[in-house]
Formats: sequence, C-alpha cells, structure tokens
Amino acid sequence: MSDLIRVTIDGQETQVQRDTTILQAATDLGIQIPTLCHHPALEPYGACRLCTVEVIRDGWSRLVTSCNYPIRGEIEVVTASDKVVRGRRMIVELLWARCPETKVFQQLAAEYGIERPRFEPCEGELCYLCGLCIRVCDELVGARAISFVGRGVEREVATPFFQVSDACIACGACEFICPTGAIRVADVTDKEPRPLFLEFDMGLKGRGNIYVPFPQAVPNVPVIDREHCLYFQIGACKTCEHFCPADAIDYDQEDQVLDVDVGAIVVATGFDQFQPEIKPEYAYTEHRPQVLTGLEFERLASSSGPTSGTILINGKEPKEVVFIKCIGSRDEAIGNPWCSRVCCMYTAKQAHLIHDRIPDAHITVFYIDVRAFGKGFEEFYDRVREEGITYRRGNVSEIYRRHPGDERLVVRAEDTLLGQAVEVEADLVVLATGLTPRSDVEYMAGMLGLTRSRDGFFQEKQLELFPSDSEQEGIFLAGCCQGPKDVPDTVAHAKSAAASTIVTLSKLRRQRRPIPTSSRDREHEVSIEVEAHP
Amino acid sequence: MIVDTREFVESHHLLGCIQCGRCTAGCPVSLKTALNIRGIIYKTLVLDQVDITTWEELWDCTACRTCQIRCPKELDPCDVVIGLRTLLVGEGRHLPHTVRDALKSIAIRGNPLGYAMDDRAVWAEDLDFAVENIFDKGETDVLFYVGCSPAFDMRIQPITRALAKVFHNAGVDFAILGEDEPCCCNEARRMGEAEMFEDMVLVFKEEMLPEFGCRRMVTVSPHCFNAFKNEYDLPFPVQHYTEFLAELMADGRLSLGAQIPKRATFHDPCFLGKQNQVFDEPRQILTAIPGIELIELDRSRERSQCCEGGGGRMWAEGTNLEERLAVERVQQAVDVGAELLVTACPFCVMTLEDAVKISGFEDQIRVVELMELVAQAM
Repeated sequence: MSDLIRVTIDGQETQVQRDTTILQAATDLGIQIPTLCHHPALEPYGACRLCTVEVIRDGWSRLVTSCNYPIRGEIEVVTASDKVVRGRRMIVELLWARCPETKVFQQLAAEYGIERPRFEPCEGELCYLCGLCIRVCDELVGARAISFVGRGVEREVATPFFQVSDACIACGACEFICPTGAIRVADVTDKEPRPLFLEFDMGLKGRGNIYVPFPQAVPNVPVIDREHCLYFQIGACKTCEHFCPADAIDYDQEDQVLDVDVGAIVVATGFDQFQPEIKPEYAYTEHRPQVLTGLEFERLASSSGPTSGTILINGKEPKEVVFIKCIGSRDEAIGNPWCSRVCCMYTAKQAHLIHDRIPDAHITVFYIDVRAFGKGFEEFYDRVREEGITYRRGNVSEIYRRHPGDERLVVRAEDTLLGQAVEVEADLVVLATGLTPRSDVEYMAGMLGLTRSRDGFFQEKQLELFPSDSEQEGIFLAGCCQGPKDVPDTVAHAKSAAASTIVTLSKLRRQRRPIPTSSRDREHEVSIEVEAHP
Repeated sequence: MIVDTREFVESHHLLGCIQCGRCTAGCPVSLKTALNIRGIIYKTLVLDQVDITTWEELWDCTACRTCQIRCPKELDPCDVVIGLRTLLVGEGRHLPHTVRDALKSIAIRGNPLGYAMDDRAVWAEDLDFAVENIFDKGETDVLFYVGCSPAFDMRIQPITRALAKVFHNAGVDFAILGEDEPCCCNEARRMGEAEMFEDMVLVFKEEMLPEFGCRRMVTVSPHCFNAFKNEYDLPFPVQHYTEFLAELMADGRLSLGAQIPKRATFHDPCFLGKQNQVFDEPRQILTAIPGIELIELDRSRERSQCCEGGGGRMWAEGTNLEERLAVERVQQAVDVGAELLVTACPFCVMTLEDAVKISGFEDQIRVVELMELVAQAM
C-alpha cells in the first residue's frame, strides 16, 4: 500500500502506516524506549522528554521525542546512541533534582549512573508536571476537574481557583496514574472515594471495575462491574480496551436468556454465611478486621488470598487469637435453631492454621459443645488440643475495646467449667459464623415450586430414604441448599442426587427415545427459563 | 429459704437451657460479684432444692436484661433472679432493709423515696404556666406520666420542669395525673414485689383509666416507660420523652438554636436502649444542638454498659461496693475526651454523677440529662 512507510529503527527495518509514532513502531519491533509521561490510553504529550531518540533523515540527525513524532517519511531511528543517552542522562538529572525524594527518579538516576544531581534539589517536590493526571481526567474520565495553572516556575496542577472541585467524581484515576504519588483524591475534592472490594476475598482486598471474580472462575475471564465502570456509568474511560492485546473487551455483551429443555434439575445453590451484624454484641461492624467471620479468615489464611496466606491484622501478626463458636447457629433468638455442622471442625482447622503460621500465638476457642462427629474428626480435635490450643467451655457475650487507644479487644465470656466470668484480650477474634439459607431461597422456591422446611432450607421428600429428592418430581437437591453439610456429606448428598437423576432420566428414555427435545409432549419434562436474577 | 426447684424450673421454662454461659458472660456485675446466673440456673436444674437464704448476690442484679437479650434459647435469666427475689420478698425475712423500706414506702406513700403523696405535683408550682390535671381535664392528647424521682428528687425536678416547658412551648395538649399519680412499680417488680406490681396494674387500668382519655403516654424515666410499654398492656402507645421530642423536632415544633460548644458522649440507659431499642432518637436530639460534637463510646447502643442503677439497685447497695460500674463508665467517657456525659434516665444521671465525684473527674466531665441540654439550647 502506498501509505506504508519504510523505517529503520536500531538497524531493524519495518514498514508502518503514516502517522505512526516512533515509540509505537519501536514497541512493535520489541525495542524498548524509556518513557515517563506516556500512557497508551492517552494522547502523546511529550512533557518529560525521556523518550528522546535520534532521527536521521537525508543525512541530517536530530533529537526528537519518540512518543509524539509521527512518521511521515522514510527515516532512520537510533534509540540509544551516545548522543541520545547523554541527553537522557541530563533529563533524568534535571527531573531528579526537581523531585529528589521520588523513587522513580532515584531508580532512573541509578540506571544512568548519576550519583547526585549537579543542580540544587527542590525539597519536598513530588510533581514533575507530566500532566498524566490532568490528561486522564480530561481524555478518559471527561471530568476536567484539574488543570495546569501558572507559568514557568509557578506552573502546577490545581483545581479551578484552588477550591475543592464539584466536577471531580472521586474516581481516583489521577491518584492511580500519578507515577510519583504527587496527587491525592483528597487534594481535588471532598467527595469520598468509594473503594471496591473483591467479593471472593470477602472484601479484604480491593479490586478494579474489571476483574477476574476468583482464581478458579468458570469461565476464567475478567468481567466488567457495570455498576461502577465509568464507561457504563458516564460513557467515559474505555482504558481497558487500550491494554487488551487480544481485543477481547466487549462493552455490548448482554445477559442472555436461555430456554433449555431438560429431563431433570439438580438444585445445588448452597448457602449464605450468617451475617454477624445481626448480633451487634460481637462488634463486627465496629472492629473488623480485628473481628472476622469464619469465611473471611479462610480467605486471609489462604495461599491464594489477599495476603498470599500471611496472617496479618492491621499489618501485624496476631499473637492473641480467640475463636467463638456457634455464631448464628443454635440460636432461637434470631430464628436459627439449627447446628451448622461445619463450624466445630473449620474452627479446629483454622486454629491449627494459626498455630502453624504463628507458632507463638496463644489461641483460645470458646465453645458450647464440640461436635467432632465425622470420620477422623475427633482425632483431629485431639491433635489440635495437643498443639496447645486452649479450649474453654462457655460462650462469649460481648466484644469491646476497653480504652480508645488499646490495640487489643476484650472478649467477655464465661468459662462455665470454672464458673467464672472472664475477660480475654485478643488481637484477632474469629467468629465461627454458621450457615443460613441463601437470601434468594424464596425466589428459587417460587420459580421451581419447591417447599422449604421450617429452618428455611429446601425441603427434601423424605429425610431417611429420599434425602436428595424434592417434593417436585424431576427436581433434586444437592448439598447445603437442603441443610447445612460439611464437604464429605455434601459430596455424598450430591452423588445421591446424581443417582436419583439417572433413575429419572433412564425412565424417560425407556418411555420415549430419544429424550424429548421438541416442544410437544412435555409431560415428564421440566422446563426452566434461566434469567438474570432480579 | 428453701426453694423447690422442680416447680421453679417449670414456671421459668428453664429446661431449654444449654448452659452456654452467654448470660453470665454478658452480665455487667458477673466480673465483680458472686452473681452467676448461669450457675443459678444450673443449680435449679440439677438439684431438687436450693437454699437461697445466703444468696446475697441476688441483690446485685441490675435488671439490665443483657442476659435475656443474649440468651440463644429465648430464656429469661433475669426473670430467674427476680423470681428468687420474689420468693425472698414473699417470705419477708432475708432481704436488704433498704429494699424493704423502699417497698414499704411505695405501699404507704405511692413512691419508693419516702416523700408525701400530696407533694407529688409540687414540682410544677414554679412554672409560669399551669400544668393541667387529667382528672379535671378529662381528655388530652398526651398523658405526661412524671414518675417518682422526676416528681420528688431535687436533682431530677428541673428535668421534669424542662420537659413540661417544651410541651407548653410546642403547644402540646398534655396533662398529668397530679397527686393521684401512682408509682409504676417497675422497680418494685424487679425488687421482687410481683404482687404489688400486679395490684398497681389493676388499679391503674381499672380504676384510673376509665376516668380520663388520652392518645398516648410520655414518660421522663425509661424505667416507667418500660413498665407501661411492655408490662401494663395499655390501650394507647407509650413513649419515652426522647421519642416524643424527636417527633416534635421532625415536625418543626421544637428547634434548638443556642450554641453548646462541647464534646459530648451518650450513655445508653439499659431500659431505653437494650430493652426497648431506643438508640437513635436521643442521638438525633443531641446532635441537633448546635455546637455539640457527639463522640461515641466503644461500648454504646447494644453493647452499652450498665450504670448499675436499675433493678432496684437504687435501693440495694450490692455486694461489691469497691468497683462501681458507673465509675468505669465515667472513665470511658473521659478516655474519649468527652466534656459532657449525656444520658436520658434519672437513675443513670444519679449513679454517673456520684461516680464523677468518687473518681475525681469533676473538673473534666459533667453528667447531664439530655433534657437539661435541650432546655439550655431552646
């Protein structure tokens, strides 16, 4: 094509479209040019001059900034000639002198062998006027809450009239993109930024608007949080598109409603963790993360969790740890009279984990009864006690901080075997939160015509002989949707549901073969409409 | 005093107890006295008889009801203590003489404080408007039930007058029971005088109620509020004054304009907060006062700590005088840097004020009834 222009970069020859920047062409060839003020999602700006390269055209050599130099004719580029490196070293030296405390320039200076700048350093300066914050706010967010004000040495990034900005939407893009930490959202607006938390890590870790829900997600691809994504909210940004090399971002993807004809349905919708806010005496709202739920601690201790398995509370290893059992279980006062069946053993496991990771931690478990009923469970309970974990009979009534500055919380309990009320100090309290029916259980029951037992979980046809059949023919129950279960019981229950399903399907097959897929004669079929939950 | 446990266990429905200990764990006095309500229940469950003659700690209970609120089996451990006190009071021998005197005073004078019945409306005489008597008036919107301490106690009377002033200024149609106002017997019941309480309910409902009409009752004390609201089964709603004032504020009939530039914290009275879930209204009123900066204690709302003034404890010293809970409470308020320790209960005001004096924080913190601040800010 006539538009293609021949370019030689560091001896490598290539052909590029007219107006491709030198930086782009070099990147495509795998040649790295250092940059500071460049961002692939933003228009080239040429503020920092670090990307300077040598361009030779018709025998004439000159230094240009590669990020905003459009290729319009045949040229030769040298990205790291002596002349270029000398220039860059000077640039780094000047930038470092401007922002002496910033890591990015300290590193660059080390790379270019500069021991100390020859110029007088500006003390306390962090901003080197690259304009990334202003450009991201303008080009991607569209808020234009900040701009450059002043001239020459007075030039700085600021809000209009130096007042908190109404235009700012507190998205945090400026703070995020700033390479030196010079700008904070709080400098721009008094609106509170609302950080997003990764649901799978129980909110112990932040996430972006586009994220992979959890490591084993099926399909294992990122999703966009439409509730918060700037594109879906105000039509701005679309930054992720610039970064995706596979061009896989599809903003127009819609939920699909599938109509599937099936011979049987297995309901395996699981459970919700008990919400400890319902019991305000445990001060979960006030003292999280010093008070955590069982699931939260599970994520915290997980090697794929928010801290890669290092157990840290407010940045410190907890040395006094208290576990409290039966939170939201066996509690008629809140309408949860059942035993959740898993908390005794997960507490034992989690206590063991802490002992394993923090050997000098002092761990106390407050319990009403220890129900170690499964195969090998009692032996594990024995092992955990042998490790030195203190089991105290009696339950906790309240958690508080004695004095405002105290690091540790006070757990108020009765040791019923001593017959004494006790106060135990704790760096971390783990609430052995129980299992409850899912919040959408009523919706599901209505959709499938299922009944619920008094505890709110789905009602099985008959507990002893048909534990995974529902009262609806062709609909089966597996796992905790029918009632609290541990993993072995869940697997057994699911296998029983699978076996019952096979019986139903083979009956259908005997009656008519093949399995009906047409819309006629659906006597034995169950038809469901899968749709987005309201 | 020997108690036959079988009957007692049955009448208090104690068989459901799993001995988890949450009652004792939550009990505000269990760390400082021998009172162990879980242990008492256990004894009644496993022994045929118990001798409660020497169980002095029964008089330590403040009837804050934390034990009942925390019980996962919906039992009422607090009522176990009250039930045992009732047996002692019925027998009449092994009870503190201060309790005996208070109960006697209610029987004779209609108040536990020893004041003359005829002086019950004296508090209203200093007001520059007349407070109407409901028996003269017949019909009214708000029956203002004053209560014993608010009517007689010199420390509390100004609070009562301030509330009457708010009613008057807001144009509330209200009246009082005057000299005929009986004691609500909330505290009497908790001191073990079940019979007197039941009699009083009968007298109030069958002899007094037919004489007048009202659309609601408003009380000064959370203790009276609790009795009338939950134990009298009245045909009209009962409100604590904080609830009523919050309504007036929302309707624009009460505005608080004067500055009180102080850091304040709020102590939730057990009978108002824990037992009746009135947490927000006092705070709404407090924060509506210009200049007030509300600092919450860690132990607030549902986790509030009892001041040790309820359940008849105004008339029973308890077995451990050394460690007053009110002193701990004042310390907590000082720790968060509050200059005002605000509460909304006559008993809390008195216990906390004593504690300020005992602990020597008089220069740092002042105990005030919310109503006093409202009066100042009006």
